[in-house]
Amino acid sequence: MSKILVFAETKDNVFKANAFEVVSAGKFLADKLGSEFAVITINDAGDEQIKALGKYGAAKVYQLSLNELNAKSGIADIKYSHGAFASAVSSFADANAYDVVLLSGTSFGREISPSIAAKTGSAIVPDVIDFIPEDGGVSFKRPAYAGKCYTKVKANGGKVVVTLRPNVLKAVENSADSAVEKISPDSVNISANDFSAYVSEVSVASGKLDVAEADIIVSGGRGLRGPENFHLVEELAGVLGAAVGASRAVVDAGWRPHGEQVGQTGKTVSPSLYVACGISGAIQHLAGMSSSKYIVAINKDKDAPIFQVADYGIVGDVFEVLPAMTEEIKKLKG
Amino acid sequence: MKIVVCVSTVPDSTTKIKVGGSGKSIDEAGVTFIINPYDEFAVEEAVQLKEKNTGEVIAVSFGTDRAKEGIKKAFQMGADKGILIKAASDDFDSYTVAKNLAAVIKDLSPDIVLFGKQSIDFDGLVVPKMTAEFLGMPSVNVVTKLELNGTDATIEREIEGGKETLKAKLPLVIGAQKGLNTPRYPNLKSIMASKSKPIEEKAAIDEPVKSSVLEMNLPAAKGQGKVFSDGAANVPELVRLLREEAKVI
Ligand SMILES: Cc1cc2nc3c(=O)[nH]c(=O)nc-3n(C[C@H](O)[C@H](O)[C@H](O)COP(=O)(O)OP(=O)(O)OC[C@H]3O[C@@H](n4cnc5c(N)ncnc54)[C@H](O)[C@@H]3O)c2cc1C
Ligand SMILES: Nc1ncnc2c1ncn2[C@@H]1O[C@H](COP(=O)(O)O)[C@@H](O)[C@H]1O
Repeated sequence: MSKILVFAETKDNVFKANAFEVVSAGKFLADKLGSEFAVITINDAGDEQIKALGKYGAAKVYQLSLNELNAKSGIADIKYSHGAFASAVSSFADANAYDVVLLSGTSFGREISPSIAAKTGSAIVPDVIDFIPEDGGVSFKRPAYAGKCYTKVKANGGKVVVTLRPNVLKAVENSADSAVEKISPDSVNISANDFSAYVSEVSVASGKLDVAEADIIVSGGRGLRGPENFHLVEELAGVLGAAVGASRAVVDAGWRPHGEQVGQTGKTVSPSLYVACGISGAIQHLAGMSSSKYIVAINKDKDAPIFQVADYGIVGDVFEVLPAMTEEIKKLKG
Repeated sequence: MKIVVCVSTVPDSTTKIKVGGSGKSIDEAGVTFIINPYDEFAVEEAVQLKEKNTGEVIAVSFGTDRAKEGIKKAFQMGADKGILIKAASDDFDSYTVAKNLAAVIKDLSPDIVLFGKQSIDFDGLVVPKMTAEFLGMPSVNVVTKLELNGTDATIEREIEGGKETLKAKLPLVIGAQKGLNTPRYPNLKSIMASKSKPIEEKAAIDEPVKSSVLEMNLPAAKGQGKVFSDGAANVPELVRLLREEAKVI
């Protein structure tokens, strides 16, 4: 492996924590493998924003203007096109002989990475949670079977596209002076086909933290007995700055929106702290959260399977334990 | 309307995973194989499109003989024909799968190709977009809503905390997420009818695997957690531990 290209994602021209994680990972790999590393980003962020990547070790950042890229489409209502991002990154990687492309495994990263791998003829290793350096190369650790096991995967020589599971490999400050170089959309290979499916609208519930991005999650299950009691979960989440999650049973019952569901058919999460309230711990639920760093279970049944994966737990009634926790933490945070 | 739906066959989601003798894959003894759950949303969408627009639904799978399981379930739900691209062994990666699917689908000249968003064994979220790329077709994965108006498609895709709305034209590749529809339960009549539906077998193209699994391991068993049994009375101690021991709050 000789040259590493990191794709740093922005939302409304601002880097998210995941972008710093993947830049840190690029720096780590480059140091381990003694290889070159650069960052590519597609947006209209100002230089100050871009330079923030320097704090995580990015010495060279290539910036392609999203406005200029979109202008190539001739489409009036375009916000962006995944296809154009994939083509821009692929042709830049090919033209400059990058053989490793790293992205964060956000919904955006997971959408464009298979296209990049196909366009560049690369192996793809999605959802990586660790790097395992060996014999001058590197293998990748990733979960499979919904987190019930881990696999060590190796690219068989040649090029590779890797996505990193968000919130697992933390961003590491590693100061470098970053030089920003603008690249023109004419220098990358873009065609009308790259806009044949395009995003015309993005709607995100504002102010609400999503389970997939949260560092702390408080989840509620059928033990809450009804949607009218979820304020107990929301209040604890509020004092912790956490996102609210849910089991499938309560989502199917219509108590909570599907976007909050954690598990095999919901979201896979790996926060630092996962608090499961009135959730039994069915295998499909565990599939989505068992890689959390710390798991707390609150359940009135001491034999509930959730206690088998819990680091801490209280056997008790959520209607008493949750308000007490909210109060206790409020006190602590002053 | 010519509709292709790609299905994979995976261990039932309740399977207790054990590592097999090779140390690289699971022990398949006693494992029940089923259609990948997300592929049921894809098949349902395919059958509904057929019902609305007439046409045919062709279920395609790449794999060993076992992959017929997924095709059979697609038949029961209303798919008309099946194609099994026969893999010589279980040793393949997403790239091989996508190359093979694309090679077969290209000759079918479909109006739409549907996938599940993700297989629950490999958890790749890869094959739909990769196949689309090899087909040169526009594609959207993690789709929760699909509306067709002639050849114009309006699509909703789930993202963190919200959704994207996309516009595209047929022919198109879609990866189905839960929420797209409610998969039907096959009735006795459709189960009986499915038995006479043909599965055509095709040879796989030789595509060297680009990545390999070197090892498979189960997660390290968790040490016994600290579980208290006095309900709310234990809250101060729990909060102290979260702060001082785990350092997470
Ligand atoms: C193919 C498939 C996919 C699935 N995918 C998912 C998925 O993605 N996510 C998911 O979560 N599930 C999934 N499931 C469903 C899963 O099997 C369980 O049915 C579900 O997780 C149960 O939700 P629950 O824990 O809220 O409810 P229950 O299993 O009913 O558990 C409720 C718990 O609350 C406790 N309790 C009750 N009252 C109180 C109280 N007052 N105080 C404290 N505790 C109390 C009970 O002791 C019990 O343990 C899937 C199932 C299948 C077949
Ligand atoms: N061997 C296969 N044969 C047919 N379709 C497949 C195969 N593997 C994956 N797919 C399709 O691609 C989707 C995503 O798979 P994956 O990228 O492995 O998560 C699945 O839901 C299937 O629709």
